Amino acid sequence: MKTDNYRRETVTPEVLRRMYHEMLRIRMIEEKIADLYPEQEMRCPVHLSIGQEAVAVGVCAALTADDYVLSSHRSHAHYLAKGGNLNAMMAEIYGKTTGCCSGKGGSMHLIDLSVGFLGATPIVGSTIPMSVGTALASSMRGEPRVSVAFMGDGAAEEGVFHESLSFALLKNLPVIFVCENNLYSVYSPLCVRQPACREITDLAKGHGVESFQCDGNDVVQVFEMASKAAAKARAGGGPTFLEFKTYRWREHCGPDYDNDLGYRCESEFLDWKKRDPIETLKRMHGDGLFDRDTEAVIHDLSAEIEEAVAFAKKSPFPEEPMMLQDVYV
Amino acid sequence: MVERELKFFEALNEAVDQCMARDPSVYIMGLGVPDPKGIFGSTVGLQQKYGTTRVMDMPCSENGMTGVAIGSALVGMRPVMTHQRVDFALLAMEQIVNQAAKWHYMFGGKLSVPMVIRMIVGRGWGQGPHHSQSLQTWFAHIPGLKVVMPSLAYDAKGLLIAGIEDNNPVIFIEHRWLYNISDRVPEEYYSVPLGKARMMREGTDVTMVGVSYMSLEALRAAERMEKEGISAEVIDLRSIRPWDEEMVLESVKKTGRLVVADNSWKSFGVAAEIVSTVTEKAFSALKAAPERVALPDCPSPTSPALNEHFYQRAGHIHLAAKRALGLDPVTDLLAVAAGQRLDVPDASFKGPF
Repeated sequence: MKTDNYRRETVTPEVLRRMYHEMLRIRMIEEKIADLYPEQEMRCPVHLSIGQEAVAVGVCAALTADDYVLSSHRSHAHYLAKGGNLNAMMAEIYGKTTGCCSGKGGSMHLIDLSVGFLGATPIVGSTIPMSVGTALASSMRGEPRVSVAFMGDGAAEEGVFHESLSFALLKNLPVIFVCENNLYSVYSPLCVRQPACREITDLAKGHGVESFQCDGNDVVQVFEMASKAAAKARAGGGPTFLEFKTYRWREHCGPDYDNDLGYRCESEFLDWKKRDPIETLKRMHGDGLFDRDTEAVIHDLSAEIEEAVAFAKKSPFPEEPMMLQDVYV
Repeated sequence: MVERELKFFEALNEAVDQCMARDPSVYIMGLGVPDPKGIFGSTVGLQQKYGTTRVMDMPCSENGMTGVAIGSALVGMRPVMTHQRVDFALLAMEQIVNQAAKWHYMFGGKLSVPMVIRMIVGRGWGQGPHHSQSLQTWFAHIPGLKVVMPSLAYDAKGLLIAGIEDNNPVIFIEHRWLYNISDRVPEEYYSVPLGKARMMREGTDVTMVGVSYMSLEALRAAERMEKEGISAEVIDLRSIRPWDEEMVLESVKKTGRLVVADNSWKSFGVAAEIVSTVTEKAFSALKAAPERVALPDCPSPTSPALNEHFYQRAGHIHLAAKRALGLDPVTDLLAVAAGQRLDVPDASFKGPF
C-alpha cells in the first residue's frame, strides 16, 4: 500500500516554530551535558545527539503522547523530543533516586511512560522487535496507536532487524522503523560493515516493507515522511521503514570531538556541520519566522536547563536497600 | 468419587485454556502451536477455541519473536511463548537475559514483563546434542527470571497458571518424558505457588531432592531402598528460582544426609547450588558429604548404546544414597533388565520425536 493515499500533515508556521524550538532545546541540553561532563559527576557513558536533532524532532512531531517509542543508547534527543521530563533525565545521568529509573539505568536506559517513551537500551537492535511487539499489542486491542523503533545504521546488520521487519509486514503492524544512519558504528565506517552496492532502505524493501530515505538534517522532510508513515499505520496500512542520513558531531561516547583520531576527518565533519539541522531549518524557512524573541527563548531554555542540573545535583543518591529492590515485581 | 486424571500434556493444555478464557490479554505463540500435533498435545484445540490472533504460529525467528512478546508484555499483554526444545530458545538468549529479565529493575520498577516461556527438554530416541539440553541453571543464574520445572501433572497445571499470573518473566521447563504420565488434576482453576517444593515421600534416613524427571527416578529409588530398610525422604523441587530452601534445610536437619538429582550436567548445576546452600546453612547437621547425581560432562550422545552410561536413573540415585549413608552397594544397582530399552520413556513410544 502506498503512502500517497494518506492525509499529509500540513507544515504550518506553528509546527515549524515548535520544531525549531525543540531542536534548539535539545542542542542546548546536550551541550550543557558535554560542558559539565568533565566535572566527573555524571558517572555513566553518554552518547550525545548533537547534530542529529532533526531526526528525533521531525519524527516525534508526527506522533502523539499515546504513541509508543523505544530507542537505543543514543536516545537523549528521542526522549526529549517525545516530551520526556528533563529533570528526570538529568537526575538519572547523575545516578540519583529522582532519576527516571531511580538511578538504576543511567543515560543508556531512559524511560518516561507519561509520554509513551517506553525505554531505551544499548544492545544494538535489541529494542526493534519490542516496538513490533507494542504494535502487535495495539493491533490486537484495536488501538489507533503507532509504535516507533529508533535505531542506527549498525542495527541493520543485526539478525533481529530482519526478523522484525518480516514479522511486522506479515501481521501488517502499525510500526515505523526509523534508522538514523550517521555513517559510523563507533569508529567503524559503513564501508567495512555493509556492501557498498546497496542502501539500508534496500534491505527493508527486500523484506517487502515500504521504505523511504531523505536528508536526516532537514527536519521538515523528516516530519513529512514520518507523518505519512504514521497516518498510514493508523489507517491500517502496516509498517514503514524510514532511513535518515545524518552525522554525529562529537565522539561516539563522551563529550569531546575526536576528529583527530583518524577514523574520520575534520573536513567531513565540517561539511556536515554546514548542514546543521537548526541552521538548515532557519535557512530554508527563515523569513523572520524564528527571529522573534530568540534571545528570550535562549534565556528561558538556559534557565530551564540550569534548574534541571541543580535539581539533579541536589537530589539524593540511592541507598543500599534500593539495590535489591525491583529485581522482581 | 474417582478423582479425574489428566496426562501432563493435557494439564498444560488445560492451564493455558483456562487462563485464556479468563483473561483476554493472555495469548500463546510458538513454532507449531496451532499445528496438528499441537506441541505434543499441549496446545491442541486452542486455536479452534480462541482464534488465530491469540493462538499464533510464528516464523523461525526465535530472538525477534521473543522481543515481540516482551514488547507486547510491556504494554499489558501476557504472552505464553513455546519452544519445542530448550535448545531452540538459545537463539533468544539476548532478549531473555538482557531485556526480559532486567526491564523491571533497570527502569526503576516502572514496567514489567509478565510473560511465560515454555521449553521442552528432549530425551530419548537419539535426540542428541541439540535436542536434549536442559538449561535451567543458565536461566536460574539470572536475577529477574523465575524458573519452574514441574514433575507431576497436578503441578504442571497449577504452576503454569501461577506462571501466567506472575508479573515476572517465567521460564517454564517441561520434560518430554513426563508428557504421558497421568496424575489427579482438578478441573477447577487453581495455582501452585512458585518457590515451594513438594514433599513427595517422607523419610528419616536421607534427603533426596529431585528436579523434573529425576524426581520420579528419586521416588523409584526410594521404593527400592525401602526394601533394604532405608527410609528416604523425597522432595520434588518444582521451582528452581526461587527454590524452597526452607523445606530442604528442614529435611537435611532431620536426616543429616543429602542427595540431589538433577537432569542436567553436574558441573556448575542446580545440585551445586543446593549443596552449597545446605553446606552454608546446615553444615553441623550433615553426617556425610552431600551427593550429586547429574549428567556426565559431555553433550548428550545420540547412540542408544551410550544411553545407559549418560542418563542417570533410579539406580544411580540409590547408589548415591548408599554412599551418603556409608553403606556398601551389595547388588549391581545399575543393571539394565534384559529387553529394557533406555532410550524411550515407556514401551508405547515408537519414535521419532
